[in-house]
Amino acid sequence: MAGTVKLRAARRRKQTIFRRLVVALVGLFFALPIVGMVEFTTRAPGGGRTLDTWATLFDLGVINADYPELKTGLQASAGLVVLTVAIMLVMLVPTMTWVRLRLPGMRRLVEFICILPLTIPAIVLVVGLAPVYAWVAYFLGESSLWLAFAYVVLVLPYAYRALDAGLSAIDVKTLAEAARSLGAGWPTVMWRIILPNVRTAVLSASFLSVALVLGEFTIASLFSRDNLQVAINLLGKRDSSIAIAAALAALVLAFIVLFAMSFVGAARGSHRPKEN
Amino acid sequence: MGALLGVLPFFAYTAIFLVIPTLIVVVGAFLDGKNRPTLGNLSALAQPQIVSAFVHSVVLSAVTAVLGAVFGALLAYAVSTASEGGLLRRMMTSLCGVLAQFGGVTLAFAFVATVGSEGFLTLWLKNIGIDLAGSTWLYEPYKGLILVYTYFQIPLMLIVFLPAVEGLRPQWREAAESLGASTWHYWRHVGGPILAPSFIGAMLLLFTNAFSAYATAAALISQGSPIIPLQIGGTLSSEVILGQENIGKAMALGMVAIVAVVMTLYVVLERRTTRWLGR
Repeated sequence: MAGTVKLRAARRRKQTIFRRLVVALVGLFFALPIVGMVEFTTRAPGGGRTLDTWATLFDLGVINADYPELKTGLQASAGLVVLTVAIMLVMLVPTMTWVRLRLPGMRRLVEFICILPLTIPAIVLVVGLAPVYAWVAYFLGESSLWLAFAYVVLVLPYAYRALDAGLSAIDVKTLAEAARSLGAGWPTVMWRIILPNVRTAVLSASFLSVALVLGEFTIASLFSRDNLQVAINLLGKRDSSIAIAAALAALVLAFIVLFAMSFVGAARGSHRPKEN
Repeated sequence: MGALLGVLPFFAYTAIFLVIPTLIVVVGAFLDGKNRPTLGNLSALAQPQIVSAFVHSVVLSAVTAVLGAVFGALLAYAVSTASEGGLLRRMMTSLCGVLAQFGGVTLAFAFVATVGSEGFLTLWLKNIGIDLAGSTWLYEPYKGLILVYTYFQIPLMLIVFLPAVEGLRPQWREAAESLGASTWHYWRHVGGPILAPSFIGAMLLLFTNAFSAYATAAALISQGSPIIPLQIGGTLSSEVILGQENIGKAMALGMVAIVAVVMTLYVVLERRTTRWLGR
């Protein structure tokens, strides 16, 4: 027995060394481009360091006057985030609940459709969406906001998985039947019974959508619409310092969102029996 | 009948924004400019610049899938030895979540700021006598793009592969050790074979990830279209030669075909994986 314990202690030491080495090396690789961005945006003309670029980035007046494209892009992306999350939730949560309650035979089909975008590269989707968006522009106008229709398709697989996990963890059928037998209508069941019970799943589906929409470039750029990434790319041709600073700020924002999400997920995991 | 009405909005929406666009690509690849059936678009794929774009894309995706898988797997194993719910694991998974998603413009700019002609690493290397600034290596598919793509492949590998590594039970290792197995024996006969299907599956996922990527290359490369997504993007934004209006759709169909083959392999492997790791 003593031998096994010693062996285990030795392995633990070796694992710790291995872990530190690998995390340090990969961490260095991850860090270098980020350091590059920080270094580039703090360069002062003629050498030395300055925070001028960052002061400009957070000075709304200057951004408004000198970098209008950044403001437009940011506004468009904010609108897209809200609209994408709204359409995604309004469409998916009731559909997935309904399928579980009344149409269990359709579950595989709904899942298939939701996972499908994973196998279709965004660039391919753009090719097929071009005629569809000609109609969207015809009926609804040329606003960048309508990109949300395509973004919902992009987030479908991730949102579906998050929501599916949430709905699997509760007994949808019993909850709905109990509410119905007490006289609740379907909207009440949806809003006051199902939604509160899957709120962590709804949160994580929304967070994933936010991260994806903030980073989207392909569709917006090829349809010549505005969003944050398109604006940053455009700005890069004119003023690389401010463009790189904006890109880094967006990256940090997304990191904070996902880091916060890891705590939401952990809170859910803690009161659920662990598998295996 | 009433029950079906409840799923109607979902099917209507996905029909318009997912199914119809897919059909437009698939059918359009076989139509000419006047909507008559033709195989001309497919035979136009034999043009040298399109063939070379496909080859570049496949090689680039394969190389970065292997690099990302190897380094990402090492990282995943390293992270899995840290305490569960600890800061390191949480930081690493969130960081990788962002870095895997946030390719695109940000990443292209980051690399330009680091190893571009004015990048800090370039300037620093110049001081010690290595000149990177003179060449356009960063913008070439087999050099710069491999480096940049590997940057988002490693984090994706961590996210995809970590659950598999966590599925390795300590009891298996203890059982092997109690029978006298060394670390090498354990990985060769127990850990390796169990993880192999997930590893290859994750590698296939990485392949499609790199193969589909458009934004990073588009933001990085301003001249020429060395990879297939850029070629397709080019057909959308520029004038196309008469008689080849739908060549972009044919290229898109080619991409879908390659992704479909890879994803089919992935699904087959995934079935094998679930047998042992019980996910």
